[in-house]
Amino acid sequence: MTKPREALVDPLFNNNPIALQVLGICSALAVTTRMDTALVMSAAVVVVTMSSNFFVSALRHQIPTNIRIIVQLTIIASLVIVVDQVLKAYLFELSKQLTVFVGLIITNCIIMGRAEAYAMQNPPGMSLVDGLGNGLGYGAILMLTAFVRELFGSGSVFGTTVLPLASEGGWYTPNGLMVLSPAAFFIIGFLIWALRSWKTDQVEAE
Amino acid sequence: MQGSVLYNLGFATAICVACAIVVSSSAVSLRDRQLVNQALDMQRNVLVAAGLAAPDEALEAEEIEARFTPIRQVVIDVATGAATDADPATFDPRAAAADPATSRTAPPNNAGLNRVADRALVYELRDAGGALDLVVLPVHGLGLWGLLYGFVALDADLETIRGLTYYEHKETPGLGGEVDNPRWKGLWDGRKAFGPDGAPAIEVARGLAGPPADDPFRVDGLAGATMTSRGVTNMLRFWLDEEGFGPYLEALRADGGVMAGGA
Repeated sequence: MTKPREALVDPLFNNNPIALQVLGICSALAVTTRMDTALVMSAAVVVVTMSSNFFVSALRHQIPTNIRIIVQLTIIASLVIVVDQVLKAYLFELSKQLTVFVGLIITNCIIMGRAEAYAMQNPPGMSLVDGLGNGLGYGAILMLTAFVRELFGSGSVFGTTVLPLASEGGWYTPNGLMVLSPAAFFIIGFLIWALRSWKTDQVEAE
Repeated sequence: MQGSVLYNLGFATAICVACAIVVSSSAVSLRDRQLVNQALDMQRNVLVAAGLAAPDEALEAEEIEARFTPIRQVVIDVATGAATDADPATFDPRAAAADPATSRTAPPNNAGLNRVADRALVYELRDAGGALDLVVLPVHGLGLWGLLYGFVALDADLETIRGLTYYEHKETPGLGGEVDNPRWKGLWDGRKAFGPDGAPAIEVARGLAGPPADDPFRVDGLAGATMTSRGVTNMLRFWLDEEGFGPYLEALRADGGVMAGGA
């Protein structure tokens, strides 16, 4: 039985869903060109992992084992649609930029992974904390990646100009690679490298 | 009991019903707000194209509506350019373009259009005497990844471009996505849409263009976005030409830009 603190903090560094489990990479590439979209996406994933973990856990004794995956998926899909609807109603501008990626949270392996690996075995309270921790772990990597991409790709942080662009009378020539998806691969690769140099037990055996 | 086929079926049904209720009630309860957002976003983009709002200006809903009030919306028949009696508030251009009954196969074009609607929603801004100040036309066409939807505003001379803006596109952020860049949008003001022969001559250049006075038909290209730049040129050429808003612009010219466009 894990303690709440471990369930919350472990996924941030020790067992990060992106860096260690290498899940949820697709959306991490797509929404990290700017920090504001990355933040909204992170928040959406936190909400969905928390609530899907909670509901799956609450129903874990009732869910029939042989149809559990599709039941989990139904719950997750419903939650994602609700989140998408709320974003369209209250954060229209950002939801326009996130386009299909909010809907694609349904296929984000982190959420399904946590439902199957954790929520099916643990009580709702702890599952909620585990969902929060994993959502934050995903969000942390997203925000770091978005910070690097927005700073060097567009010279700004959260839309505020930090490096004045040469095209607008400043001195900084933006790095075009940063706004393209491969940049996210490189940055996440470097993050994993840094994390594993710090916590050497994450390095896989040769 | 658990594990029996009946239990599984019952459980699956219960979950589906519960989820369906949650999803549909959220969709229904938030729908009004979403529609308001969409309408405001459209109005805001019309204002930006018309130069009545800055591209990066933060505007409250009331402010958008206040600035939008003087603008008259007219549903026109594209082929004749005449105003129709269709209600602009309920006219949905995309639904019209998708419905075979209200659209036609697009004439050969390189704007990537397969079907075009028979009618279009245009925006006219007139002064107190009814003289045309400017007109905002909807344009759409293929870029690199998908269709770009936007507005182009023409001055009362129906020749000088006042602004261009896109409210929906799928172009690469930082490259083709720079169609959203306020500085690039600012380059359009004062360019001429039509050449001496009356055909659309405006184009997005390769590389840099001069100021509007010296280089009236060209706008700076978007670096690293040849396909998007070409798409913008192609859609403007299509929509400003005979198969697009040509007849409507002709009708406005015949009016001397003075008479109200009808209905």
